[in-house]
Amino acid sequence: MKAYNIAIAGLGGQGIITASDILADAAFRAGYDVKKAEVHGMSQRGGSVNTDVRFGREVLSPMVPDGQLDALVLVDETQEPVNRHRLRPDGCLIGPAAVANMALPNPKTLNVALLGLLSAQLPLPIEAWHEAIRHALPEKAHAANLGAFDLGRRHGETANGES
Amino acid sequence: MESKRQLLSGNEAVAWAAKDAGVRLGAGYPGTPSTEILEALGALGGPAEWSPNEKVALEVALGAAYGNARALVTMKHVGLNVAADPLFTAAYTGAPGALVVVVADDPGMASSQNEQDSRRYAVAAGVPMLEPADSQEAYSMTIEAMHLAEQWLLPVLLRLTTRVSHSKSIVVRGEQAAPPPVGFVRDIPGRVMVPGHARQAHRRLREKLRQAAAWSETPGCGTRLWNGRGGPVSSHPLGIVADGVAVLHAREAAPEAAVLQVRMVHPLPIEAIRQFAHSVERCVVIEEGDPVLVDACRAAGILVAGKPEPFRFGELNVGRVRRILAGDTSPEPMPPAGKPPQLCAGCPHRTVFNLLRDMQCIVSGDIGCYTLGALPPFDAMDTCVCMGASIGVGLGLRHVLPDEEARRVVSVIGDSTFIHSGLTGIAEMVYNPPPTGHVVIILDNETTAMTGLQEHPGTGRNLCHEPATRLVLEDVCRAMGVPNVVVIDPGKEQVRLAETLGRALREGGLWVVVVRRPCLLSTIRQKKAEVQS
Repeated sequence: MKAYNIAIAGLGGQGIITASDILADAAFRAGYDVKKAEVHGMSQRGGSVNTDVRFGREVLSPMVPDGQLDALVLVDETQEPVNRHRLRPDGCLIGPAAVANMALPNPKTLNVALLGLLSAQLPLPIEAWHEAIRHALPEKAHAANLGAFDLGRRHGETANGES
Repeated sequence: MESKRQLLSGNEAVAWAAKDAGVRLGAGYPGTPSTEILEALGALGGPAEWSPNEKVALEVALGAAYGNARALVTMKHVGLNVAADPLFTAAYTGAPGALVVVVADDPGMASSQNEQDSRRYAVAAGVPMLEPADSQEAYSMTIEAMHLAEQWLLPVLLRLTTRVSHSKSIVVRGEQAAPPPVGFVRDIPGRVMVPGHARQAHRRLREKLRQAAAWSETPGCGTRLWNGRGGPVSSHPLGIVADGVAVLHAREAAPEAAVLQVRMVHPLPIEAIRQFAHSVERCVVIEEGDPVLVDACRAAGILVAGKPEPFRFGELNVGRVRRILAGDTSPEPMPPAGKPPQLCAGCPHRTVFNLLRDMQCIVSGDIGCYTLGALPPFDAMDTCVCMGASIGVGLGLRHVLPDEEARRVVSVIGDSTFIHSGLTGIAEMVYNPPPTGHVVIILDNETTAMTGLQEHPGTGRNLCHEPATRLVLEDVCRAMGVPNVVVIDPGKEQVRLAETLGRALREGGLWVVVVRRPCLLSTIRQKKAEVQS
């Protein structure tokens, strides 16, 4: 079975850790072995934040080796040059530009909308994603984030259909 | 009821283990990457407390263990320097209750001032040390450490690193256990460490460590074998000895290799390693940080290869382990630099650092968010060494520099750091005042911001954000005999701040200026909490 390597990158305060928690939890709920790595600390003060999520039958190292990312999700496009080298040559880059024409009602949900786009590429059932979103966020944020996720997912599925 | 199968960080796993083992007290001081352990334990119902510093935390936990309670104490690697004094003698006295000391190292220094290797402390203090590779092991080894501490009557160290503390992986929890009943049994020769008692206690410690070494040598205890391709280990061309998260990097980098995981790094299962190394054709030690395992192997006459010197620096990962195994010492590609952190827009510290820059002060700095004052656009910090050093270092500079230079020296320290290690600096200042006096600025944002907004004795709230007695910093400084103590709001009194600082530097004498305004992030968190409640 294929193992999936995904990184989510952006700046402190953009919900990078939350997004990676949702992704890791969705894979966990779908029954995969999962590992997630991140660096805390000074990164909380507006600096670069990077998280790795790996899932499959068995995951060993929590960190994705360079050049082995299947997907790189950028919540801030300034982080592309810092992370590009980590993507496989045929890997998938998902950046905020992809969301630009989606008319996202709440810009704070950008991280979750990007997860929706990503979800179209991954073998995780939508229920697992929805449960993970509800688990990670306070109740009053559920509707906006589930909406953003579904919007992203529809765009992702459409893009898949076109390619 | 939480499920027994969960996706947890290593830190959360330690907290769950403490809860399941019936820990009666968790104490510590916040420090990346260890902070979330006690926060998680507090959220699980604790009891968990932030102590003023790691030394006090370890002493409180030791007292609990003297009372036959299971106790957990947590800190980052440099915190163990502060707590080293009680640790070394706690090893002599031992305790009937379990004292488990969790120390989280930061190889690569994601958020630390050095990358010291805590495995050295286990050897130096004579304390057993277990080292997990992931969250499941962090959970099971915390419980194992409790049992071993009670069996050997010794404190046990649990060493985590950033990637164990902050990585999430799946944990299946065990059953909750009822801890032994608490109570005090007097043992004066065993716990009053005067020389006559301590000489005997040292001998007892070495005897206990012999028991620990025998356990460590037992297969499945101090070591665990990962036999990648199956079959007898003796036929393997490559054997790897590794500890901590390096075990996982090594298993991924060399799936065909036999990997001997060192679970107990002190006392080292040296005979188990010898047998393993002899049975494989080539044996390589893969370890993050200092060459601790490889030096111990070589001192015992075991033929092993280690890592070239460049791999002593920073974290290991799968790619770097592949290089070590291939003997590749060519220069490693430098990863592109990310965006560095900075003081938040609107951070109250900004006012102070703008002023210190404009007044051309020599700034003796300290550990916290405000260390970012050393970066542009401020460039307003000249030293940062360890918790509390700002005051002592500032005083030293004042003592020796020519008057004109000495008058420009200012110590800058945060509120949490001040309570952690600044109080003794104030005692030094009033006891041995420099001829030009001195100025200490306490940047009081009413939280431990750097590590994620933890409480401390100066906030008036406990670990769980409930009301507690508040230590009033200006009152403490006045009581200690500082003649000039001023409290200023950097948001509303910028002119007064500049005038006060100018006067203090010009006139001399001893000054403490408490610059108080709440951290923006904590204000936001407070508002969120109020909305939700």
